[in-house]
Amino acid sequence: MVVNREIDEGSLIARLHDGDESAFVVLVDRYHHAMIRVARGFVRDEATAEDVVQESWLGVLNGLAAFEGRSSLKSWIFAIVINRAKTRATREGRSTPFSSLVSLETSGREAAVAPDRFLDATAKWPGHWAQPPVAGGDDPEARLLRSETMAQLRRIVDDLPPAQRTVITLRDIAGQDAESICNALGVSETNMRVLLHRARSKVRGRLERYLADTEEAARS
Amino acid sequence: MDCIELVELITDYLEGTLPHHDRERFNAHLSECPYCVIYVDQMRATLGALGAIPAESISDAAKQTLLHAFREWKRG
Repeated sequence: MVVNREIDEGSLIARLHDGDESAFVVLVDRYHHAMIRVARGFVRDEATAEDVVQESWLGVLNGLAAFEGRSSLKSWIFAIVINRAKTRATREGRSTPFSSLVSLETSGREAAVAPDRFLDATAKWPGHWAQPPVAGGDDPEARLLRSETMAQLRRIVDDLPPAQRTVITLRDIAGQDAESICNALGVSETNMRVLLHRARSKVRGRLERYLADTEEAARS
Repeated sequence: MDCIELVELITDYLEGTLPHHDRERFNAHLSECPYCVIYVDQMRATLGALGAIPAESISDAAKQTLLHAFREWKRG
């Protein structure tokens, strides 16, 4: 089961209203860890993030009667987590509020790919690949979906700067639309896309290196 | 467009927010640069893999706490 596969939210909501425990378990299994990852972008440690998420589930249950379905259930759940994580961070007087992380992580220039992988101005084709990406072997998709690669991918995401990790988790792991993310996080669309771009570019680059290293190890 | 510019525009391209003119330049570059085609494929595959990350199993203790909360909530 993956986090962003679409589920029939309507029937799930109805089952929750009926007090169907298995419907609640479906939601928890699917979103709990992504919620922790998102909360982690705001609060100081993993334990606090877990605490915020536990509290958010209570918020979800207690707010369910008032949930009007103006957003998707998923967006609503993540908005609750983000709100509670922000409140907790303020209460803790965490030194860097999310807005500062956003400024920090969108500032300056950051190359999606190391500049030395491109030809310099003296070359015949400046700005074109000097060390181009290499197409994956026979079945690159299958390789990516192996459980070791998945575990590595998770570590790569965990190691991203916090605001970038939050955005890529919401957009690409949980599959939320850009607008809901901007609203919930209170960031502009431009900054959201800069964060997403930097996060995705790092993940692709690190995955490329990991796959090249494991291939080399397998050959030697 | 050259390759070093393309790798910076890829997110706008994939998110559908690249202005029309740049989108045409992007596509024109792809039609003549097999390396950038690989780059875009790799990025698409990366996003596919991110979307396929399996939901991690939640600890029994955390799950029990949540189920307890659910039963309390159900009792109202």
